[in-house]
Amino acid sequence: MIPLARQRYLLDFTVASLLRRPGRNLSLLLVYTLVVFLLASAMLYSQALKQKAAALLQGAPEIVLQRLEAGRHALMPADYLERLGRLRGVTQVQGRLWGYYFDPAIGANYTVMVQESADQAAGDPATDAQATGDPGPGQAVIGVGIARVRGLAPGDVLSLRGYDGRPHAFDILRVLPKDTELTSADLMLIHRQDFRTLLGVPEGHFTDLVLSVRNPAEVTAVARKIAERLPDSRPILREDILRTYESVFDWREGLLLALLAGGVLAFLILAWDKATGLSAEERREIGILKAIGWETGTVLRMKLWEGGLISFSAFGIGYGLAHVHVFHAGAPLFAGVMRGWSVLQPSFTLTPQVDPLQLATLFLLSVVPYTLATLVPVWRAATVDPDSVMR
Amino acid sequence: MIFHPTILALLTASTLNALVLMAAALFAIGLLRRWNLADGSPGQVILERRTYLVSTAVGLVLLVQFVGLLLFVYNAERMSVLFSGAMCATGTLNVNGYGWPTLMLKMAGVFLAVLWLAVNQADNLARDYPLIRRKYALLLLMAPVFLAEAILQALYFLNLDPAVITSCCGSLFSDAGAGVASELAAWPPRPAMVVFFSVLGLTLGAAAVLWRAGRGGALFGVLSLTQFVVALAAVIAFLSLYVYEHPHHHCPFCLLKAEFDYIGYLLYGLLFAATGYGLTAAIHHHHGRLPSLSGVLPALARRHAGRALAFLLAFGLLAGGIILHSNLRLIQP
Repeated sequence: MIPLARQRYLLDFTVASLLRRPGRNLSLLLVYTLVVFLLASAMLYSQALKQKAAALLQGAPEIVLQRLEAGRHALMPADYLERLGRLRGVTQVQGRLWGYYFDPAIGANYTVMVQESADQAAGDPATDAQATGDPGPGQAVIGVGIARVRGLAPGDVLSLRGYDGRPHAFDILRVLPKDTELTSADLMLIHRQDFRTLLGVPEGHFTDLVLSVRNPAEVTAVARKIAERLPDSRPILREDILRTYESVFDWREGLLLALLAGGVLAFLILAWDKATGLSAEERREIGILKAIGWETGTVLRMKLWEGGLISFSAFGIGYGLAHVHVFHAGAPLFAGVMRGWSVLQPSFTLTPQVDPLQLATLFLLSVVPYTLATLVPVWRAATVDPDSVMR
Repeated sequence: MIFHPTILALLTASTLNALVLMAAALFAIGLLRRWNLADGSPGQVILERRTYLVSTAVGLVLLVQFVGLLLFVYNAERMSVLFSGAMCATGTLNVNGYGWPTLMLKMAGVFLAVLWLAVNQADNLARDYPLIRRKYALLLLMAPVFLAEAILQALYFLNLDPAVITSCCGSLFSDAGAGVASELAAWPPRPAMVVFFSVLGLTLGAAAVLWRAGRGGALFGVLSLTQFVVALAAVIAFLSLYVYEHPHHHCPFCLLKAEFDYIGYLLYGLLFAATGYGLTAAIHHHHGRLPSLSGVLPALARRHAGRALAFLLAFGLLAGGIILHSNLRLIQP
């Protein structure tokens, strides 16, 4: 017989034999699927978050420059822009104004930021705020998270208490688009004058500086030069931020997997136990097969097919369910651990994807231990003596 | 670093592999001492039954080893963003001294497992277990390799320090530096191509002879291994240049990147398959002289030689295609 056809007949026989004991195999399949589902959900979710973060950072400036005072982040005097001077390879330097505002009404921090184009910052009167869609004095653009929690819509008025106790009212100009929610949920964009009066940042100071560098290979050299010219400042590279995101999400994912390892172990014990506890009927079946001429190797192969079928079904169903859980249901089981604990929780849709690295990792973490755990019991069953079971 | 999921998976897999092979090696020692087919005692029957368990387990180890090798390289490629200075898998492997030895042992593990499965397949074809002693002696040889790999891999991952500034492929595989990698990179393209295509041609010839005439198994085995090494050297010396269309970028790992259509996986996959079938054919041919196997094994050896020939041919065509299709010209006609 051709080997392939032989395997096919064996597979046919195995499927029939599996279906003869539906209860027992279904319960194993259920637990197995659940294990794969949990592992796959954790992995898919963190992978998607990492990609989302990387995609968002694509547009971030290459270098952020902060001034340090007593080892802490301090305001950056505007004359640092001149002290920095012209650096070769740097296409643009700009001062940024941003900070945090604690809103006691909802018990959360907003990220307050001034957004304006470069011309406007330089004081060019030709580009006023309205033309660019940026908020003018007394206006604010808010993130979806703030809008949701405070129940605000464009046209409403948001009233906040300034640093000196005076109230400030902002007309809501618009709400930021939903697809940027991962970073903009708690964001509030206002005009620079409002920023200074609301948060008490004196004229002539910025929060930090951002630098754009055209050639990625020069970023480190530029950062070194800056550190020489402005010894009290700290350059933060986009690459570093990306790397930090990557390792933070990896770490959370790994921690979750390590926690789930207990579940996997329990499952392996169950699988071992199920495979060991052959029913009398099954033993008789194997005995009869061997008596009518099946070899030990063939019985072993049948039993491995059995495990393989269960594995593949559980792997496929579990991974599919995890995909739905993460990409369509918003991963309610893991979101709290993986994403963070903020009050203004961003809600966002992740891009569905299938990653071969992940599939292989999942395979090594689930199918391989299962197969090894059931190997010895399966072999025991296959080497049983026909006469000892049929008597 | 240790909490990276793929690292967890790789550590689990290697540990399981090493444990399975250590247990199998213990069994092998007992078997080598007590095996006697003429004996009908319960001890001998138990030994015979256990051989089923061991061969199934080693089959599984091969599968895991293969997936593990792929995952190790793929993961090194992915993790390169975590290390400053790394641009591909080369940088990640360079982070500490354990990376390259782990990769070498992983590849050795794959070929050893292929070899073992070949001997096992032949052994199972005969009723009198003619190769059982060789098979288990080979297993004794494999166990330390897998154990060393598991230990080195654990050391590699435990010592991955993101603060280390590693060196990327551009500096390791440069024609100016010192060491094997640089020597290979500095190999001028014309002699390298002559050597590569000659060895490939010889190996193809030997495969054809074994396939059609059933002769020259040992020569083909030696040529298969030589071809493997020469091909890897050729990838560094000139093939990679043609893929990148860059006269000085000699990296064998950037081939695996998406920018180059993952062509490396195809190239290395064909090379590994050709070498695996080549070794299997040679070992089958060698064992075909045994009386109880002379009926079936030579035919099987020829079939495997045919498959090795097909994969080699595909590899050669792909290499040739890369050179002709590239916009880079290293040699003036």
